[in-house]
Amino acid sequence: MIAAESTAPLPASARDLFALTKPRVMSLVVFTALCGLIASRAPIDPVLGFTAILCIALGAGASGALNQWYEADLDAKMKRTAQRPLAAGRVDRSTALHFGVGLSAFSVILLGLSTNWLAAGILATAILFYAVVYTMWLKPNTPQNIVIGGAAGAFPPLLGWAAASGDVSVLPAILFLIIFLWTPPHFWALALFVKTDYAAAGVPMLPVTAGAKATRGQILLYSVALAAAAVAPWPLGLTGAIYGMTAAALSLAFLALAVRVWRNQATEPAGMGPEKKLFAFSILYLYTLLGALVADRLLLA
Amino acid sequence: MSDPRHLDEVRRRQRTRALVTALILAGLVVLFFFVTLAKIGSMHGA
Repeated sequence: MIAAESTAPLPASARDLFALTKPRVMSLVVFTALCGLIASRAPIDPVLGFTAILCIALGAGASGALNQWYEADLDAKMKRTAQRPLAAGRVDRSTALHFGVGLSAFSVILLGLSTNWLAAGILATAILFYAVVYTMWLKPNTPQNIVIGGAAGAFPPLLGWAAASGDVSVLPAILFLIIFLWTPPHFWALALFVKTDYAAAGVPMLPVTAGAKATRGQILLYSVALAAAAVAPWPLGLTGAIYGMTAAALSLAFLALAVRVWRNQATEPAGMGPEKKLFAFSILYLYTLLGALVADRLLLA
Repeated sequence: MSDPRHLDEVRRRQRTRALVTALILAGLVVLFFFVTLAKIGSMHGA
């Protein structure tokens, strides 16, 4: 018994299981879902609101675990992801699969029971979309993976809104559109300066398949569309000037950085300062934009 | 045959996971209690 235990593989540590949920991504999901929930201005019991955000976070964590379960071999080939628990061999695949499926079912059922089944249905769709449509189907097969797969990341504000109000209206649909359009420039800016990583792993990211010039053109186009979608709630009368002015200023800065990326000719990561700046700013952009939306909606109320 | 350091690490991880599981279960008991109260409250309010 002791001899058998002493040669058995180490059980996954609690820290590694937590790392499977991609906590950094989860923090953005929690923030965007919370913004959707507050911006809905629907009265919701604080305990149920907390439970809704917890379920959305757990659902995102489950998606992350399922993504890492499926992509373990791919992650091992890329410097950026080689130290993830599965890729580094600290967690076995079946543990990750059971963890991901169990967490998915738990989060969907608890969200349905504590808030409403529309929100639970959207959460189930988001998990399936990320784990199956994006991870298994789009990512390994098409350079448009990020464009359509971006929808998976656009669900949280919609989820927060639906959990609080029980319905989905024009403003949460625009929030979905904003994150959907934000994702390609955000990820392509990253993909430009880690292109060699994606190429080594055989992932058909746009910079790998179409080249840096075409990717930079696409970044600019999506940035223009993003700016239009981000400002739209103001002229549509869905928000006030606090959000409108903030969205306009942030989008102008985003566009200015996208133009600098478009004009950049560098092919090596060392010369990709504009791409790194755009990637960093895109995160600040989303946090500030949604923060302004919440402030605006609360003040209007 | 047996490696005491390996066995110690297995035991340490098992203890940590058991502790984390216990804490999560305790947290869920508290959460479900308050969710039930909130749901009952919302039914009476409706």
